[in-house]
Amino acid sequence: MKVFVVEDLRAANEEMARENRRLLERYGLVVVNLIGGPGSGKTTLLEKSIAMLGDRLRFGIIEGDIYTTRDAARLEKLGVEVVQLNTAGACHLDAAMVGKALPELPLASVDLVVVENVGNLVCPAEFDLGEDLKVAVLSVTEGSDKPAKYPLVFHEAKACVLTKLDLLPYTDFDLEAVRGELAALNPALEVFPVSARTGEGMGAWCQWLLRQVPRKRQPASGC
Amino acid sequence: MHEFALMQTVLKLVEEKAQAHGLVRVTRVKLVVGKMTMALPAALELAFDALGRGTVAEGATLEIEEREVRLACPACGLEFSPELPHLGCPRCGETAPRLVQGRELYLDYFEGEDAG
Repeated sequence: MKVFVVEDLRAANEEMARENRRLLERYGLVVVNLIGGPGSGKTTLLEKSIAMLGDRLRFGIIEGDIYTTRDAARLEKLGVEVVQLNTAGACHLDAAMVGKALPELPLASVDLVVVENVGNLVCPAEFDLGEDLKVAVLSVTEGSDKPAKYPLVFHEAKACVLTKLDLLPYTDFDLEAVRGELAALNPALEVFPVSARTGEGMGAWCQWLLRQVPRKRQPASGC
Repeated sequence: MHEFALMQTVLKLVEEKAQAHGLVRVTRVKLVVGKMTMALPAALELAFDALGRGTVAEGATLEIEEREVRLACPACGLEFSPELPHLGCPRCGETAPRLVQGRELYLDYFEGEDAG
């Protein structure tokens, strides 16, 4: 007997993502899904962004990690709300995991939720968490070939942060060629070359991040 | 790397529907996988063998139909297969073509036998 199913394997995840969106809409909250390979500098970028924007934006962070709580501990030191999600081996966060973490955050008293996904440039791109926008993080030390090799995440992202800019002179990373490839993959993509260490480019990135926060959550003083 | 998570979903669907149809053994499972999903057939096969053990689909043949990435240009109407990372229209240069094929990821059908 032949049984036709024709069911999308992402259907259950997408249903959970819709539920997350409904919850977030009630609070008027925007969620950023931060995606990048291991060691691309996602946590350091967040640390620096929190340090620069912490007096104007109340961050709620969901930290994805396979086993450890190290990244969450780093961010907690900055006085922001952090919920740790351990995937116990899984290579990406899914909407059900984020659905469990969201109510653990004080949603009424944060302005922006950032989900730091598990370090991985491939799988997280395929799983909708209920976020409003994806941000791809790529460090100059990873090499210029990554957008062409892992196109999905760059195609889906609204912004791409090119990190570790201070190391650029020591690498073969071709900044202009990568900008060209990113534009070919996604003409609307906003690209922010930054160094969290020196602070170069961080101002433009932080201003963009601030602009993603809905007006009713915007601090009166602006930026 | 997300192939194991995807295969868990496949096997759950197959188990549920096989039971609903009174099938005791599944002999063939057919998936459709677009290349833009970056789910690798070899990893899907490995996951199918590993996770299928002890289920109704143990020993079944896994057939994977891969679909190339196809884009359609909204300006000039050309349909084409992109050469990554260039997704723009090769004829008129339009930069935001529409994806018409390549994001598929679904369980198409399965075949099985009932107890009789």
